[in-house]
Amino acid sequence: MNQPVQHPEEKVDVVELRVPCKAEWVALARLSVAAVASRLHFSIDEIEDIKLAVAEACTNAIQHAHGSSYIEIRCEALPDRLRISVRDHGRGTRPESIQSRDLDDERVGGLGVFLIRSLMDDVQYDVHPENGTQLVMTKNLIV
Amino acid sequence: MDIKVNVREAQGDCYVVDLGGEIDVYTSPKVKDAIGELIDRGVYHLVINLEKVRYIDSTGLGVLIGGLKRVREHGGSVNLVCTNPQIKKIFDITGLVKIFGIFESEDAAMKALV
Repeated sequence: MNQPVQHPEEKVDVVELRVPCKAEWVALARLSVAAVASRLHFSIDEIEDIKLAVAEACTNAIQHAHGSSYIEIRCEALPDRLRISVRDHGRGTRPESIQSRDLDDERVGGLGVFLIRSLMDDVQYDVHPENGTQLVMTKNLIV
Repeated sequence: MDIKVNVREAQGDCYVVDLGGEIDVYTSPKVKDAIGELIDRGVYHLVINLEKVRYIDSTGLGVLIGGLKRVREHGGSVNLVCTNPQIKKIFDITGLVKIFGIFESEDAAMKALV
């Protein structure tokens, strides 16, 4: 897995989780990450935002990453933010499947990506059609 | 994880779908089936009560959008009852407040059905 670059002085606690790439495990993933966010003293509203963003990332993996048997979730607790990476190992993910949507569009596609981008402070995608997708999203901790 | 779906007949040719629990990629098919079954029976005026829903994601929103599209083809409508601020926020940021009637009470949602 490509690891995000750390500044040397940053102290990072890491929590990792690996869940089957199946719909019935998404609740476990979002609740686990919510517990991490709660430990970092994010507000209730922010925890809800993080929960939904993680669930959307997992849902995207389940719906688009063909052949990925599991999803890896890595939470990095930094002093001023929580960085979450969601990675699948599926093939066939098309870059357009992770595009956001137009708000006037009543189609369902792209809603999940739109939500992730709206709820998190920074979102980066790394898409490899033959080797899976990694989404890295960050929520800043406002003290 | 739980989802509760209850369908009941209301006034006129309207039906209310009470939802409770968490609507996500795992549970949303059950909601889709309940709404689809009503539409298949010719029910085109629906109030979907989300008061007891604690969580909804894009797959849940997709089911609601899909239901709305289907009833509109028959001149119908879908109104929502939603009082949970976190869920209202999701309708706000996705712009879905512009396509759904969203009300604080079931009475208000029922009265506003076209």
